[in-house]
Amino acid sequence: MESKDMKELKVSAIKEGTVIDHIPARSLFKVISILELQKMDTQITIGYNFESKRLGQKGIIKISDKFPSQKDLNKIALFAPEAKVNIIRDYKVVEKDNVQVPDNIEGIVKCMNPKCITNQENVKTKFTVLEKKNVTLKCNYCEKITDQDHFEMR
Amino acid sequence: MKNKSLISIHDYSKNDYLRIMDLAEEFEKNPRSYGNLLSGKVIATLFFEPSTRTRLSFESAIQRLGGSVIGFTDSSSSSVSKGETLKDTIKTVSQYSDLIVMRHPIEGSARWASEVSDVPIVNAGDGANQHPTQCLLDLYTIRQTQGKLEDLTITMVGDLKYGRTVHSLIQAMSYFSPSFHFVSPEELKMPNEYKMFLKEKNIPFKESNELGEVLKTSDIAYVTRVQKERFSDPMEYEKVKNAFVLKNEMLEGTKSNLKILHPLPRVNEISEDVDENEKAYYFRQALNGVYARMAIISSILGLK
Repeated sequence: MESKDMKELKVSAIKEGTVIDHIPARSLFKVISILELQKMDTQITIGYNFESKRLGQKGIIKISDKFPSQKDLNKIALFAPEAKVNIIRDYKVVEKDNVQVPDNIEGIVKCMNPKCITNQENVKTKFTVLEKKNVTLKCNYCEKITDQDHFEMR
Repeated sequence: MKNKSLISIHDYSKNDYLRIMDLAEEFEKNPRSYGNLLSGKVIATLFFEPSTRTRLSFESAIQRLGGSVIGFTDSSSSSVSKGETLKDTIKTVSQYSDLIVMRHPIEGSARWASEVSDVPIVNAGDGANQHPTQCLLDLYTIRQTQGKLEDLTITMVGDLKYGRTVHSLIQAMSYFSPSFHFVSPEELKMPNEYKMFLKEKNIPFKESNELGEVLKTSDIAYVTRVQKERFSDPMEYEKVKNAFVLKNEMLEGTKSNLKILHPLPRVNEISEDVDENEKAYYFRQALNGVYARMAIISSILGLK
């Protein structure tokens, strides 16, 4: 049995900040990299391979005293579409948000066309999102399609 | 259009197409009136891979308008061979010129160049991706031969899978309620994404692997080269290579307004005896490339 208390033992509660839950375990380190957590100077707790009824194994991230913008949080939707964002004030969840795939994506993923300029020279990828459910991206440079089965981090 | 790069056929609207065609027509009708239009302008033609036909067509267009040309004809004669990045080459050449025409083997290179350049870029082909000036000259040629662009039946023959000219032409023609016939070997059929595009726009099309009958209902036959290297199985190429050759006798019984177009170079997909037929229009189409490029360059520079 996994009680609420047990959970809190695994990952301590935060007083103020942001909790990102329901990250597929396999995407956790990508999410960490997309949000550039390594550059933050506040206390961050990261949980990996936690049991999840929905995801099998999940990851969780608790960031103290920081509230990333919705725009930044939406960037993780490519790899963690079901992630839930909880805003914590004085140990209480005061807001719960979903992440949404944005209309345009810069950086983050590679274009799957090996002949694309973004894979040949130091050019940041730029995509227009054609389809948000089964995420489909069109490269702004070579105009080829990259679908979610072929997402690879930059 | 002024100061705006032309990278993809999607950069232009229907009105832009019509404006370029009208301007090309004006240049064609009054070739002597515009000999100084580009006077004092320096245009760079940067060909990172050789494409003699396209380069000469651009350079002819520039010189007919009185502009001067600088550039290179393949990357071995430029600083690319010393390891310079595309960004640095474009950034530098954009200090020397008023407009850059570029051809590059890497897809998306022209869009990238337009982001780093201080002057407009005209894409003269970026790998298998886009070649928008070819598409505009094709549109101009179709309108010239038919007197209109609306409600035409266009048969596309040959490599419909990799041929970027046919893909661009489908998209550009979609504004003018066309019907299409696609005639190709099984391995080189029109890709699904373009067929989906046509279905969404309610544009009728039929696919076949036999040329004879469909020619009789066509207004335009757009023939492209079937390249041996596109086939995974060389035997397959041997089997089909003669099935998509347009011969003069096949033009009997076709509509009087039918014209045969080809982006060139031709190898053997149109027999030489077709050249004498009044329906053959591909060399005239090449001349139209000069007028279309004159129109594109002068409108981007804001001179017309």
